[in-house]
Amino acid sequence: MAANNNILNYIREEIFPTAFCPGCGCGTVLNCFVHMLDKVGIDKRDLILVTGIGCSSWIPSPYLEADTLHTTHGRPIAFATGVKVMKPDKYVVVIAGDGDLAGIGGNHLMHAARRNVGLKVFLVNNYIYGMTGGQVAPTTPTGVPTTTTPYGNPEPPMNIAEIVTAAGADYVARWTTYHVRKLMHSMEQAMKKKGFSLIEIMSQCPVSYGKRVKLKKGSDMLRYFRDNSVPIQKTGDLTEEELSGKIVIGKLVDRERTEFTATLNAIVEKREKEVGTS
Amino acid sequence: MQGDTACAYGALYGGCNFFAGYPITPASEIAESLSIELPNVGGYCLQMEDEIASIGAVIGAVWAGARGMTATSGPGFSLMQENIGYAFMTETPCVIIDVQRSGPSTGQATLPAQGDIMQARWGTHGDHQIIALSPATVQECLTLTADAFNLAERYRNPVIVLTDGEIGHLREKMTFPDPSDIELVNRRLGSSNQHAFGGEMIPPMFELGHGSFVHVTGSSHKETGMRDVFSQEVHDTLIRRIYTKIDVNRDKLVRVEEHFMDDAEVALVSLGVASRPTMGAVLEARNNGLKVGFLRLMIVWPFPKKKIAAIGKKVKKILVPEMNLGQLSREIERFVDCEVVSISKVGGVSHRVSEIYSVIEHYT
Repeated sequence: MAANNNILNYIREEIFPTAFCPGCGCGTVLNCFVHMLDKVGIDKRDLILVTGIGCSSWIPSPYLEADTLHTTHGRPIAFATGVKVMKPDKYVVVIAGDGDLAGIGGNHLMHAARRNVGLKVFLVNNYIYGMTGGQVAPTTPTGVPTTTTPYGNPEPPMNIAEIVTAAGADYVARWTTYHVRKLMHSMEQAMKKKGFSLIEIMSQCPVSYGKRVKLKKGSDMLRYFRDNSVPIQKTGDLTEEELSGKIVIGKLVDRERTEFTATLNAIVEKREKEVGTS
Repeated sequence: MQGDTACAYGALYGGCNFFAGYPITPASEIAESLSIELPNVGGYCLQMEDEIASIGAVIGAVWAGARGMTATSGPGFSLMQENIGYAFMTETPCVIIDVQRSGPSTGQATLPAQGDIMQARWGTHGDHQIIALSPATVQECLTLTADAFNLAERYRNPVIVLTDGEIGHLREKMTFPDPSDIELVNRRLGSSNQHAFGGEMIPPMFELGHGSFVHVTGSSHKETGMRDVFSQEVHDTLIRRIYTKIDVNRDKLVRVEEHFMDDAEVALVSLGVASRPTMGAVLEARNNGLKVGFLRLMIVWPFPKKKIAAIGKKVKKILVPEMNLGQLSREIERFVDCEVVSISKVGGVSHRVSEIYSVIEHYT
């Protein structure tokens, strides 16, 4: 990616360097996000960033210069719903992790997708609770040892993109931090959608996750993403067995349902008019 | 008019334009009333997936410019506590109505209690200050809810209205005030040379969406809003300021009603639903020549301790009818030297006048 001074416009430079561990994927997500903002030409005054608790919630807070609401663990989508209702014309973007949005906050994720609230959710899935030191997450693959599953994770992982798709989101995609250009393009598509948009970004946490699956360096995990990703278009040719353990990448859903705040505002406008004339 | 409905209208008088809630007995009528009325005045009413989301959406909406409220009862109030702490930490003006019901847990889900007095004060973790009002009539459900919005804006703090299942479902006559009689305290918004989280006792707000790049976090933060979680001094300065901003305004916040206190030898102190039979018992006692007075609290937090201390010096005994096991009377004991007797009743049935009267008779 060519150096681009314009992206500094979106960054609170005085706070750098970031607190991310060496090899962390959060920097890549941040980089893709600001390059996309610059490419699309989004005015940072039109951005409202909402985050939760966890490493990836630090991507916007405080490194990005825009309005930022750093909320409680698991609840950014609920807070963002209130923000979007009051500011339907702004880009309300949620950047947070798998533990936050799909674990403790899974209920809000499903319901926001069902309502089709016009939020842009960039869910950074690193398979683990990284900030707290490597505890099992709802996204951790079966069998992986973590600090709270020392004998291997007994649970199957959650397929976040499928759940959000089933709940009714307008736009759902999955990419990894290896696929930066595709990810940026997908972020651009999400920003332009009216309804609920989610990109599940598979990201590396070499410190708390990679070392447990013998991928100790960030680059090891990136190679893993490169070698184990299957584009959605190719999944039809593969058996279930061949797909096992693979990361299905690409745009999974792109549809146009009525966006929640638009419906809400239509009701309010109709009522105001009726009450005004009665 | 029903108490819950009056709370909804009180919110409208208070300028509410955003409500998010989750159904719960005995508070649902507030959401139902606002779902009818808010769209008529250009406001939004949302039913969220749970109470955690409800208070979250309210806080988000408030930062985006709304005057926001939620309403719930015990179990929902418990769920909201973490985000109420967030509202305190981020100095978010918002209103939470807790129509108290008999607990703990599901308890007596449809019946009244006054068991959340201490949860309103200490429900969320860490040191914090809350403002909590307590209506005793349907009329006050309206006036105190409207008042709550103004206090929230004036002090940039969450404000709780502690009503209960009895008042909430009670129907009595009520007068709609002339809107011009209800003052609206507008939000103070900041300008470029100010900070949103310090520099003065109650700093102005910088709302989302105005290009001021406000940074709002529940982590400890500097005056600019930037996170700083390792500095003892930053945390100490922040927490003491937002604690003190309520504490120093106690006298301005006092809302009480006094009856027959001039020559009283025994005082009754009560609030909310329990104050209604208390008034009946006090009137009967006065008719019978007993020297009793009555102090009714319309504010619970910050506790009107000066008023209580003054009464403690005047009377021999303080009797406290309360629908809990001593949450109000123990607070009173902290500020007086005279004996404090709790007339405690739980079980979802309010005191009878005769129950309170017989205690008064015993002590006079």
